Amino acid sequence: MALFNLKINGKTYKADVDANTPLLWVLRDHLDLVGTKYGCGMAMCGACTVHVNGEATRSCVVPVSNVSNATITTVEGLSETGTHPVQEAWDEVDVPQCGYCQAGQMMTASALLAKNANPSDKEIEEAMVGNICRCGTYHRIHDAVKLAAAKMKK
Amino acid sequence: MSTNQSRRDFFKTSATAAGGLVLGFGWFSSEAFEPGVLTKTAADTIDFNAYLAIAPSGIITIYSPNPEIGQGIKTAFPIIVAEELDADWSKVKVEQAPLDTKKFERQVTGGSGAIRHSWERLRKAGATARAMLMEAAAKKWSVPISECSTSKGFVMHSSGKKLSYGELATDAAQIAPPTTVKLKDKSNFTLIGTSVKGVDSKDILTGKNLFGIDYKREGMLNAMIQRPPAFGLKLKSFDATEAKKMPGITDVVSFGNKVAIVGKTTWEVMQARKAVKIEWEKEKDLESSADHDRIFKEMLNSTTATVHRKDGDIEAAFKNAYKVIEAEYQCPFLPHSPMEPMNFFAHFKGDSIEMAGPSQTPQSAQNQIAKMFNMAPEKVTIELTRMGGGFGRRLNTDYAVEAAELSSIIKAPVKVTWSREDDTAGGIYRPAVRYRFKASIDKAGNITGYMLHGAGMNAGNATRPDNFPVGAIENTLIQSNDHKSPITTGPWRAPITNFLAYAEQAFLDEVAMAGGKDPIQLRMELLDKSIKSPVGKITYEPERFREAIKLVADKAGWGKKKKGVYQGFSVYFSHNSYVAQIAEMANVKGKPVLKKVYASVDCGIVINESSAQNQVYGAIVDGLGHAMYGNLTFKDGAPQQDNFNKYRLIRYNEVPDIEVHFVKNGIDPTGLGEPALPPTGGAIANAIFKTTGKRLYNQPFSEQGATLG
Repeated sequence: MALFNLKINGKTYKADVDANTPLLWVLRDHLDLVGTKYGCGMAMCGACTVHVNGEATRSCVVPVSNVSNATITTVEGLSETGTHPVQEAWDEVDVPQCGYCQAGQMMTASALLAKNANPSDKEIEEAMVGNICRCGTYHRIHDAVKLAAAKMKK
Repeated sequence: MSTNQSRRDFFKTSATAAGGLVLGFGWFSSEAFEPGVLTKTAADTIDFNAYLAIAPSGIITIYSPNPEIGQGIKTAFPIIVAEELDADWSKVKVEQAPLDTKKFERQVTGGSGAIRHSWERLRKAGATARAMLMEAAAKKWSVPISECSTSKGFVMHSSGKKLSYGELATDAAQIAPPTTVKLKDKSNFTLIGTSVKGVDSKDILTGKNLFGIDYKREGMLNAMIQRPPAFGLKLKSFDATEAKKMPGITDVVSFGNKVAIVGKTTWEVMQARKAVKIEWEKEKDLESSADHDRIFKEMLNSTTATVHRKDGDIEAAFKNAYKVIEAEYQCPFLPHSPMEPMNFFAHFKGDSIEMAGPSQTPQSAQNQIAKMFNMAPEKVTIELTRMGGGFGRRLNTDYAVEAAELSSIIKAPVKVTWSREDDTAGGIYRPAVRYRFKASIDKAGNITGYMLHGAGMNAGNATRPDNFPVGAIENTLIQSNDHKSPITTGPWRAPITNFLAYAEQAFLDEVAMAGGKDPIQLRMELLDKSIKSPVGKITYEPERFREAIKLVADKAGWGKKKKGVYQGFSVYFSHNSYVAQIAEMANVKGKPVLKKVYASVDCGIVINESSAQNQVYGAIVDGLGHAMYGNLTFKDGAPQQDNFNKYRLIRYNEVPDIEVHFVKNGIDPTGLGEPALPPTGGAIANAIFKTTGKRLYNQPFSEQGATLG
């Protein structure tokens, strides 16, 4: 066990865990940040996506020791009240069905838009292809990414 | 529309301690309420049946009893109540009700039946409350009720006076509920049929703890369970000496054929699980996919099929045929793959047990758990969490029952979480099925005889004996065989029809080709026959079938497309709804590329346009993805795919354009969670045939050379 001071969503969280524990389970089991979801445990579905130093990262395969000095953002840190342009766009387009994968979808989209304010359809596809939505809301995810990009330009 | 109801058993009201009106409504007209039970505070009223509460502030709380799985029921039910209440939707708050078998009927997510079942009851609930608010206002103003009207949370008088529902709530609570209530004329709906955002969206998008897997209680332990790695194996022995020494582990116990690893956190449990040494032994046949191939052949050649329906003389029809067409279609086992793996919380307390988690059928879980502990069902309480998908998997209660059993053994509150591998390899699959079709046609291409023989692996009756085209053909035989496999199966979104529709719609395409008929013309002629002179019992309405077909043909420009666009058609009736689809493909260097899917849907009145569109898009993507890629194979009883690296789900870049149109006929609403899935595979297979000349007889299509995008 080792003590980590993690910089998450602008706050510092203490976690006394095994150094190999994936960030996902530190967030969910130790820090009560359950917006980040477990889906596959092998970086195949994207449900656990968070930002590590601004990069969309699959938290299920990242040992906490690798991110002890990093700046981490989870869905709870996009905005607590749903006012991040990506959250607003997801709401306006009424994207979710079951909703389980959407935190991961939004974290992937927001990382893309932070770097590329005006992504092409091809660039959106390259970013979003790693996130599975079993309900099949892909069309709305596409529309919401476009809408979020438009909102961020304003 | 006027309806009568018993005042005593349908509606109860009371003023809450905090003021305001609480309206409870029973879901059975035969249900009796206990007097006095409504004189509780608003916070206490959670004990009730589905009901609505109006606070003096004007906030209206509507409780939604059915489990939300992504089908939008938690938004749709309140829309119906709010419509008849004439509520201001922006002031409606929706709460999920817990399982309460005394107060609710059918707290089930399955069979696409919730709206159809509860439509009238929900309308009456809203309309009854509205009538009482109007009466309260009329009394206050000393005017006849006939001079009053309602709009967006207000009662108005013709003079221009108005009072909000909040202001009226306490007085309205004193009024006896009317015995007869007038429902709105459907043409006056202002909320039903509009686009209303999901009521949980804000919480979903800010990462709140909505799902079963997010559930946490003080002192709760986490557990994972090692179940037999192959169907047909049972537990022989295990050694947990090492595992028990590992950090965070509190217990390793076995029950049934399972070994449960219990500890403080999920990750610690996952690590210790690897250290448990388990020996398994053979209990039943360890089947491989090659065995299934042989068993299918045996079943289809057997003479012991169960006959489900027989019209006319099928043998004579085949004998006298101008042409006989025969084909076999096969689909594999499929896991459900909901994004949220199975999980459940349980806290056994000796003479009662508290449960919480995602279940499509909580009442069934309650009954089984009560039986296991020899408790009265009401001693088993179940809190319903939002479900991260389910697709039928959560109709089986195994994962809730085992959590209850584990909690009783370790005597602690515990949440059991399945890994993705557990979830994929853990059984309760869509059964593998093979169909043999045989049809006879006359010189004009008309179908004179139709035989369907279904062979399933734990599929039960793999046919739908009274569904189209049965009823439109003089001579039919519908029969099936079933193999009792150790591999467990269960309902999978649109059970049986999720594959039967594909097989049948592809076969009808073959028959149309053989008879020189346009595929749509063939269906329309058959439906014409089932209108004019139906053969035996039919479960569908041919007129509605025809309207759905006409709509999609019109929207997709069937037969009018320019060169290089290849269309495939399919139509299916399920869960009381009609869905027709046309898939469009292009031939890109010899490969079929899916460009677009058009769909027409007759599910009667659409409650929530945005949600309905979302369901149909999703069902098409689901149908397409599984037809293309879904394949679970077995070796010696063990599933060979257990995570998304081996089991492929459709992704963002693989979906075609989709265009959805609803038939507007004002008919009372029917199912929508499932019906748009069954036609998809057939539309695509038929379009592939048009594009390449190759008929696809087996799913998944990707293993027969088909690609997407």
